[in-house]
Amino acid sequence: METFLQTTINGLASGSIYALGAIGLSLVYAILKLVNFAHGDFMTLGGYVAFVVNVSLGAPLVVAAAAAVAAIAVVGLITEAVIWRPMRNRGAGVMQLLLLSIGLAFVIRNLILFGWGGQEKRLDIDNTRTFDLGIVRISLIQVIVISIAAVVLVAVGVMLRSTYVGKSMRALSDSFDLAEVSGIDTRRVVTYTWVLGGGLAGLAGVLAGIFTTLRPDTGFLLLLGIFAAVILGGIGNPFGALVGGIALGLVQEWSTNWITPTYKEAIGFVVLILVLLFRPNGVLGHATRTG
Amino acid sequence: MTDAPVLVAEDLVGGYVAEVDILRGCALTAGEGEIVVVIGPNGAGKSTLVKAIFGLVPLRQGTVTLHGTDVTGQRPNRISALGMSYVPQVNNVFPSLTIQENLEMGAANSRATMDERMDAMYALFPRLRERRRNRAEGLSGGERQMLAVARALMPEPSVLLLDEPSAGLAPKAVGEVFETVQQVNASGVTIVMIEQNARAALALADRGYVLEGGQNRFTGKGADLLDDPQVAELYLGGGAAGRE
Ligand SMILES: Nc1ncnc2c1ncn2[C@@H]1O[C@H](COP(=O)(O)OP(=O)(O)O)[C@@H](O)[C@H]1O
Ligand SMILES: [Mg+2]
Repeated sequence: METFLQTTINGLASGSIYALGAIGLSLVYAILKLVNFAHGDFMTLGGYVAFVVNVSLGAPLVVAAAAAVAAIAVVGLITEAVIWRPMRNRGAGVMQLLLLSIGLAFVIRNLILFGWGGQEKRLDIDNTRTFDLGIVRISLIQVIVISIAAVVLVAVGVMLRSTYVGKSMRALSDSFDLAEVSGIDTRRVVTYTWVLGGGLAGLAGVLAGIFTTLRPDTGFLLLLGIFAAVILGGIGNPFGALVGGIALGLVQEWSTNWITPTYKEAIGFVVLILVLLFRPNGVLGHATRTG
Repeated sequence: MTDAPVLVAEDLVGGYVAEVDILRGCALTAGEGEIVVVIGPNGAGKSTLVKAIFGLVPLRQGTVTLHGTDVTGQRPNRISALGMSYVPQVNNVFPSLTIQENLEMGAANSRATMDERMDAMYALFPRLRERRRNRAEGLSGGERQMLAVARALMPEPSVLLLDEPSAGLAPKAVGEVFETVQQVNASGVTIVMIEQNARAALALADRGYVLEGGQNRFTGKGADLLDDPQVAELYLGGGAAGRE
């Protein structure tokens, strides 16, 4: 029971990072039909922005995190203006956009390598502090990661459910053409999508940096899990991405109760394959939603 | 007619890609408060015509004027703000949104009057009110069409473009759609409607157009087109001219 609770806490923490990354990836895909392979590197870049503000400039971590969120939201908007919108206007399809995003991923990763080198970077946080709650121990960084993720994920969920912008994002993901025809200012909604998706990627990168250390491939290595989370939850469904991310983190950590931790990533993918065999549209997917 | 028409499309030439003109000089006029019906064989360019009027198909030539304002090539959200709405033939509701959310999406340019308009739509379509918290994907064909029309009416448009609103519906639902069209028109909305149910539609029409090959073949009052032996022979399934 103790180890189960302990692995649950660990799983919630890593699942939170997957979930934050997955929601942004899922929203961008749902609305723009862009499978953004650079999403992981957006996260990494967010982590490094926080590193610069927090360590190089000596500002508090909260300020650094806010700067990372803002910076990656802007990066998202710039890529939209410079790459994605011009390419869509020229009739680029899902495959062309995907290949471009793979190229962009390499560019970002190598710029980071060029700028900060390959060695690990640490954010300025006490990663040894833990709280003993009797049956389980929870570290300061787990408290930070889980609580920030919980607040942000609930806020994003409420925003998508109840605000006009959130509803119009879901409308665009149902049908971009009908949204346009209904009089919705689709360009504005796309702008908000990048701000939200980029901002969440930046935050996920900071939390990943808090959780472990930062390296030029930190986000890229998380990307596989994030894709798994998106698929688990039903592609293009942001609520599903949230559930998929948390579920993946939990399953990976729970598996360490029986299997060596080395295999926990593989276990995540075994679950993914099993889910796809029985629920091809994901856990929260709808049978009627295709394409 | 002494009043200036609300909608005038003249000499439209254009298509989905640069090399292929689907519209080859067609025209359409709608007077204030009229029902205008467009008929013609499959592939004639009827859907393309209303899409072009709504700024969804690039035009190489021609003009579209709404209430005297040139709207040629404007983005749909601007045209919508100027008082014209469009109901596509297919994919005309947001399936994963609730009925209420679908209506909200129609109010993008009229947020101030949204609640009031929503009540008006629920009064027009009581069945939508009962299901307002359900997702649109669960609606029957007829209910979907009601929702699509209601969404388009949310901004209180002066002109409503309908692309085959009765296509694929059960006979009872077809009748309901035509009743709705008349009801909406009676409240002062100018209607431009493409229809396969040509006889029933022309019977309601103040003006009718027969389109073929991206060009106007016949134009006239709805009743006159119904009585025209050539139109009857070619486009109304033959037989004696006149109303059923
Ligand atoms: N999205 C599209 N892209 C390219 N061609 C199209 C598209 N939609 C329709 N067409 C072509 O335009 C022509 C007219 O189609 P349409 O306007 O839908 O006819 P109608 O509504 O009268 O049946 C057809 O030849 C059709 O193949
Ligand atoms: Mg058509």
